[in-house]
Amino acid sequence: MAITLVIDGKEITADDGMTLLDAARENGIDIPTICFHEATTANGLCRICVVEVEGMRLLQPSCIVKAADQMKVQTRSERVERARKTILEMLASTMDLSDAPAILTMMDEYGADAARFPGAARRESEVKDDNPMYIRDYSKCLLCWRCVQVCAEDAQYTYAINFEGRGFKTQIGTFFDRPIPETTCVLCGQCVGVCPTGALKAKREFLLEQGMSPQEISVLNTGRKRRSKA
Amino acid sequence: MPDFDLAPLTPAIEKYIPLGRPGLLPALHAAQKIYGWIPESVAAEIARHLRVPLADVHGVIEFYSMFYNEPTSRRVIRVCTDIVCGLKGGDGILNRLCEKHGLQPHQTTGDLSLTIESSPCLGLCEHAPNALVGDEAETDIDPKKDSHMLGRPPSWVYGPIRLLTARCGNGTASLEQYGRYEALAKALSMRPEEIVREVKASGLFGRGGAAFPTQIKWESVAAEKADQKYIVCNADESEPGTFKDRILLLDDPHCTIEGMLIAALAVGASKGYIYVRGEYPYIIPPLENALREAREAGWLGGNILGSGFSFDIEIRVGAGAYICGEETALFESIEGKRGFPRVKPPFPTTHGLFGRPTVINNVETLCNVPLIISQGSAEYCKLGTAKSPGPKLFCLSGDVERPGLYEAPFGVTLGELLEMAGGIPGNKQLQAILLGGAAGAFATPDQLDVKMTFEDLRAAGLPLGSGVVMVFDETRDMREALNRLGHFFAHESCGKCYPCQMGTQRQKEILERVASGKTLPDDMIRLQDVGWTMTDASLCGLGQTAASAVLSAIKLWPELFVEGQKSKVG
Repeated sequence: MAITLVIDGKEITADDGMTLLDAARENGIDIPTICFHEATTANGLCRICVVEVEGMRLLQPSCIVKAADQMKVQTRSERVERARKTILEMLASTMDLSDAPAILTMMDEYGADAARFPGAARRESEVKDDNPMYIRDYSKCLLCWRCVQVCAEDAQYTYAINFEGRGFKTQIGTFFDRPIPETTCVLCGQCVGVCPTGALKAKREFLLEQGMSPQEISVLNTGRKRRSKA
Repeated sequence: MPDFDLAPLTPAIEKYIPLGRPGLLPALHAAQKIYGWIPESVAAEIARHLRVPLADVHGVIEFYSMFYNEPTSRRVIRVCTDIVCGLKGGDGILNRLCEKHGLQPHQTTGDLSLTIESSPCLGLCEHAPNALVGDEAETDIDPKKDSHMLGRPPSWVYGPIRLLTARCGNGTASLEQYGRYEALAKALSMRPEEIVREVKASGLFGRGGAAFPTQIKWESVAAEKADQKYIVCNADESEPGTFKDRILLLDDPHCTIEGMLIAALAVGASKGYIYVRGEYPYIIPPLENALREAREAGWLGGNILGSGFSFDIEIRVGAGAYICGEETALFESIEGKRGFPRVKPPFPTTHGLFGRPTVINNVETLCNVPLIISQGSAEYCKLGTAKSPGPKLFCLSGDVERPGLYEAPFGVTLGELLEMAGGIPGNKQLQAILLGGAAGAFATPDQLDVKMTFEDLRAAGLPLGSGVVMVFDETRDMREALNRLGHFFAHESCGKCYPCQMGTQRQKEILERVASGKTLPDDMIRLQDVGWTMTDASLCGLGQTAASAVLSAIKLWPELFVEGQKSKVG
């Protein structure tokens, strides 16, 4: 069944059951997203996609909220812009966004100041290089949960990773911080595929970035195989 | 890593194994009773028995403050350094204790004989400063006299009426003292829709803080068709300054049990849970005993009094997570998961605990139910105001002569409550009152005439919340109080949605600067942007109220947040 709603003053039609995000995008209205991914369950974490819906007290995450007939939605109201800008500024003060060009572009668009929060604690972490397939650099992790989700019911049912800590100090981790080869990880690579910020990265890409040549890397890999056979 | 003797573990967790994942929190508690903490081999064994992925077990241990995956003593002293205890010298007590034992906060002695921690509010605010020593409450600590009380926290109950607190203040009321479940007997003679109608006519709103109409929850769950429905009693009372549910459950557990039974009868539920916060361990034995008494007397269990109605209750114990007071986070916790709040809708009334229709009510809310049914809603509504009928419990703490639990009809004024509590000690003047707890807002001396009702407070722009009335005299540095609020929310954010996960941290950092006189230019604007973003865009009630008190303070005392400005006090 088709429904009619108004987004940013523009009357649009959408299918009943569609999210506001899908309805907007199908009609050429852009709403930014960070944690959202077609392949994973939407949890409404990043709140970058929030919009103002008439009659609702609080901003609504468009990746979850369903479009309804006669709904009136604003995607760029003052409240929406303040929330998006502040969230982006808090992200920039928390983590390394150097491998997340889409978010850096978003910061420009919303006039977000990366230095807005002086003296802010950052989530720093050593690069974890413990398996032949991928590295984990949690300084770049923005906790979109996609890796945990594809490792579990959204794809692989491997359950190798979960969360550590709580609140600001949350991080993705393994059982008692065990290296990946000692976990149930099957090196499927799905987590690397859905990571939006380069926190999970193919080992080869990482080594190339470190300045190694493909030849050096392939020798390294051969060596690793020999070692594991021994 | 030393090997741990796993032999005592299996018998200790045996009864939780058939539960699978929902047995995880009880199993971790049981393991910690044996080992003091959860070593890796123990966690792996629990994971194997309950068939939960290893990484998930670790994730759960990491989420809850009272579960440890590093060597920790069986004897943990948790000293409250939250807002009320902070006023009363909680920091000094923590420091002296640490000094005495040569430890830093959150450290354990080499021989594992003692761990000392600072703790968020322990729900003993009328006995500030206080601590939790193992499973016992250490209350009214007086460092000068080196005196304190240890064991079951005393219940100080006052006020002009004693309906909800009729049996409070004299130890735990046994079933014999409580008497027959008269209200349940009456309810058993009523049709379920008549019970709901009575609750509707009573105008009962939830007393946990959100003030949601109770009958809407009940009506919705009653209308659902499901193989199983649940009644959950939210006893995760963790709002700083709140201690009413502690007293109700400890002194009069049968009242809550009877309230749950009537709710179950009204909506067609057969199973209930009481989720008690981990900081109230001393409530568990009397509560278990009350459940046993009720079962033995035929009020609880199968075919109650031959009526064909069956209902039983299990206790679940939290492990240090304020967020688990949020109803859906509480369900997740009972299900053996990290206490992440769920996206709503769907609401608990259709998809609650284990995905089934669930009524979740606060302890005080449930304690009103037997009263409403036995008196009848007409009689019940004679008390209070038309829009806020009935009795209400208020938790008075901070700078008052007689802190404690006060029962009064809705409509009592803030000033009257203060007077009942003997006013402010030491001939000092009132500076401010924090209403509703950490998630509340500040009232000022010119607001003492405000009536404590949902409607009057709303008109005054103040929250009733969970009934917190926390008093600050003129000598108190409000910047220090705000600093503690900042710490509280940063510690308690679950980390799920970005505004709260990062906003509570940024708020804490700025409030630290403000409290230490190092305010930067534009810090007030930063606080407002962070605060409004959390309020407007967070996923659950925690984030949506994490800046509430701070934003109210900015409105009242902008001078506190200006660079180079000293606090108005000292």
